[in-house]
Amino acid sequence: MKLVDSYMFLERLRELIYELLEFRDRVKEEGGEVIPIRTSTPLVRYGFISMLKGGVIMDVTNEKQAEIAEEAGAVGVMVLDKLPYDVRMAGGVARTADLNIITSVMNVVTIPVSAKCRIGHTEEAKLLEEIGVDLIDESEVLTPVDEKSHINKWAFKVPFVNGARSLQEALRRIYEGASMIRTKGEPGTGNVAEAVRHMKIVNRDIAMLRGYYLSGDLEAIWLYAKENKVPYELALLTARLGRLPVVNFAAGGIATPADAALMMWLGSDGVFVGSGIFKSSDPESRARAIVLATTYYDDPEVVVEAQKMVSEKAAMIGIDVRTLKPEQLMQVRGE
Amino acid sequence: MVKVGVLALQGDFLEHIQMLHEIDGVEPVTVKKVDDLKGVDALIIPGGESTTIGLLLSSRGLGSKIVELAEKGLPIMGTCAGAILLAVKVVDRVVGETNQYTLKLMNIEVVRNIFGRQRESFVATVEVENIGLVRAAFIRAPGIKSAWPPARVTGYINHPSIGEVGVAAEQNNMLALTFHPEITGEKGVYKYFLSFIKR
Repeated sequence: MKLVDSYMFLERLRELIYELLEFRDRVKEEGGEVIPIRTSTPLVRYGFISMLKGGVIMDVTNEKQAEIAEEAGAVGVMVLDKLPYDVRMAGGVARTADLNIITSVMNVVTIPVSAKCRIGHTEEAKLLEEIGVDLIDESEVLTPVDEKSHINKWAFKVPFVNGARSLQEALRRIYEGASMIRTKGEPGTGNVAEAVRHMKIVNRDIAMLRGYYLSGDLEAIWLYAKENKVPYELALLTARLGRLPVVNFAAGGIATPADAALMMWLGSDGVFVGSGIFKSSDPESRARAIVLATTYYDDPEVVVEAQKMVSEKAAMIGIDVRTLKPEQLMQVRGE
Repeated sequence: MVKVGVLALQGDFLEHIQMLHEIDGVEPVTVKKVDDLKGVDALIIPGGESTTIGLLLSSRGLGSKIVELAEKGLPIMGTCAGAILLAVKVVDRVVGETNQYTLKLMNIEVVRNIFGRQRESFVATVEVENIGLVRAAFIRAPGIKSAWPPARVTGYINHPSIGEVGVAAEQNNMLALTFHPEITGEKGVYKYFLSFIKR
């Protein structure tokens, strides 16, 4: 393509815009309704995610668990075939959940229903969109089909959430069209250590970019973008905002109200709880307690109250991340 | 200077606070506990999950305090989930009767998720009485099926597949909107709501 071709393209684009404006005016004159409603615009996607802030999304495997989650005050449920802990124990290939189960969950709860698809599995995502899932998690908990290339999420009407261990990963996912980011943590361990580590890594990089921005060093932001293979515009946007440009939840290993409050203190906009609730022996009270601790994380009195609603003896036993072999780690899937 | 409280239990309360910051003479405050309601001249209930916010309202005594203040004339605006929480009657399009906690302050019947799921969420321009044309974001939005005195519906949308649906209602000191003026940055809505304070 020659440079003049690019000029021609831009010229045509400009003409098209004028033609559209003329068309709109003509329709108006004839008394017709102009573009009554517009669905799945970026605003509608990011707006939906905004409504989840300060809330807890709970992993469930059936309608019964979904109802317990809704009654406990979850802002959403995530339907899986197996809870992350069981995925770990079962081994083999983990795929998206049974579509029949997802549909029946959608018929019993009023809150948004999310589901996971495999990293890079565009077809699973299409199916989830088709049956009407509200949010798709392209998740490292399931077995990836293409670790080199994630799904092009701009092509979908439904918003996506992706996991990230670092700011670079987060910005790459946003560039691919993710409307929401969560920490990866180490799923199914009941051990919040990795989620804390990932959140702090992201926060430090943001603080660094913010520092560059405030000191007027745009060149440093440009170099950061180049070195880390992220788009400059998104790095700059992050630097200007002083936070991730989309909503950022905590996930991976949250098992107690105190875990949830800790993640909120670290700047999470909300919390995903996977195995933590339904792998414990007190799911009802634990779910309620985690919701309470997430809302009132800045009020130690209420967090104490929440923590007293659960017994440590009932918590999932969990797995020390250091005992996992490198091939057992889920967080390294898909960069 | 008027003090406007924004219920900050869950949802997009930050967006409301940022909108209020842009209006002169308004001091926004977050409301999470009964004590936070002291001295507020108006209250906004934001968007979010109405079941979650309802549960937190009922379990910590904040709900009954809000009802008490509303009956004394405190202006309250509810957007989306906030509108659901103000309603006397709530049903869900798919699930039916929800039995969820609401403040039951406005004589309106609200249908949750009336337009469908997130896939069907949309932006549109709607006309609301006393406010005018508003660019509105409807996100898994409810609709106002009916209103009875002293409440009345003050805005409708003509949705291509659902037909005419109520999207705004007023009752004395209260305003219910089933859309999000905080997401589309519609300052006019806030200015109108703030005029309730002087009433």
